[in-house]
Amino acid sequence: MAGHAPSSSAAAGFPVLRWFFSSLGKKTVVAVTGLVLVGFVTGHLLGNLTFFFGPDAMNTYAMKLQALGPLLWVVRIGLLVAVGLHIVFTMLLWKENQAATPQKYAVKAPMKTTIFARTMRLTGLIVLAFVAFHLAHFTLWLVNPAFAGYQTLLNGHEVHDVYRMVVVGFQNPFVSGFYILSLALVAFHLSHGVASLFQTLGLTNQTLRPKFEFLARIFAWTLFVGYSAIPVSILFYG
Amino acid sequence: MNFTLRVWRQDGPETAGRFEEYPARNIPDEASFLEMLDLVNEDLIGKGIEPVEFDHDCREGICGTCSLTIDGVPHGPGRGTTCQLYMRSFREGEVIVIEPFRATPFPILRDLTVDRGAFDTIIQSGGFISERSGSAPDANAVPIPKTIADLAMDAASCIGCGACAAACPNSSAMLFVGAKVSHLGLLPQGKPEKNRRALSMVRSMDEAGFGNCSNYYACEAVCPASIPASFIASLNRQYAVAAAKETVGATL
Repeated sequence: MAGHAPSSSAAAGFPVLRWFFSSLGKKTVVAVTGLVLVGFVTGHLLGNLTFFFGPDAMNTYAMKLQALGPLLWVVRIGLLVAVGLHIVFTMLLWKENQAATPQKYAVKAPMKTTIFARTMRLTGLIVLAFVAFHLAHFTLWLVNPAFAGYQTLLNGHEVHDVYRMVVVGFQNPFVSGFYILSLALVAFHLSHGVASLFQTLGLTNQTLRPKFEFLARIFAWTLFVGYSAIPVSILFYG
Repeated sequence: MNFTLRVWRQDGPETAGRFEEYPARNIPDEASFLEMLDLVNEDLIGKGIEPVEFDHDCREGICGTCSLTIDGVPHGPGRGTTCQLYMRSFREGEVIVIEPFRATPFPILRDLTVDRGAFDTIIQSGGFISERSGSAPDANAVPIPKTIADLAMDAASCIGCGACAAACPNSSAMLFVGAKVSHLGLLPQGKPEKNRRALSMVRSMDEAGFGNCSNYYACEAVCPASIPASFIASLNRQYAVAAAKETVGATL
């Protein structure tokens, strides 16, 4: 067929689905949803850091967040969709990868792959379990039902005492330990994930890639330090 | 030099394979890996054992025919093809494990030979330009910035050996496809078909059953042509643009 242009046969059905379910399309979905979740963990950390400004600061922040009302639900549902797509599309990719590699080599050579890259699925799934526990603990108050009764006065109004809940919650060394461990796994996941998403979205070149990789690690472990500072300070300084 | 080889033997595509151990005696240290296998095969023929089948052609590092995964690394230690690997790179008395390139789209034909026809199918789907070549134009007739020409040349140095897919823990061919899509798409002659090329080559790659890149970068660690994985980013970018255009019906 020399001289015949590569065909661009009209995509059967919906071209957008054909795009998203192609190999590169699935990767793009994982990268974009990953970016949304990176935005979430960054914002969540900034909110959490109000802890260090005292009970009033944190309770004000929590109250304002709750006051968003329907908008908060839009964000929550958006995040849930992002998490769902991130996991489902990763699993679709993984299934294809398994099918493409029927027999492993007898000799295993790492060939440049980092521990962060090799543990993505494991760290992701453990973090998922952590998120479920974390929501049950601090959002749904299932782990310690007493949290529901924590009230305090803020500018004369009765509000939920989030600060006290956090302090009491993290005084349990098992809760704090699991939290810090999980955040370390988040940092593992993001050490590869954040650099990876720039590559997958095609925003890198040969000069930029090492810089993105370096910045992704700094970013991931800064998050870890920021998040862990709260349980560590509660455990060691009451 | 003397070595012990643990070699993958497989009688045919459908039969189960196994490792066999063969001694490699009195091998000159300046012998290439393939010459070492030639010597071992002569020895095996003398003993009435079927020689080990392996792929080779130019034996000067440019054709991309030789394969072999040596001690878990496609093309073995160091940068370059298996034919450019010399036995002085190994220690005296070492046990060397030799396996075929492993990936579902590269079925094993026999012993260490695999069918890399999947790469040809991908090239046929778009790895060309539909321009009448005519006689050679003057070098300055089509101005191309030096940086672009260099980048296109870096991508064009891919010899299609398949080591990238063989090294990839997911058996992904995206470095190969990224190099091919980029080397044509960067140059004026290849630009008109840029979008169609990216779409059809990626689809052909998906149909062949290759896995998906997880950004492990094992591919660029073994590529004998030192093609960087930034061409995968370039592929991602070109494909996303092409697919977005196709979605709204704007593909040329």
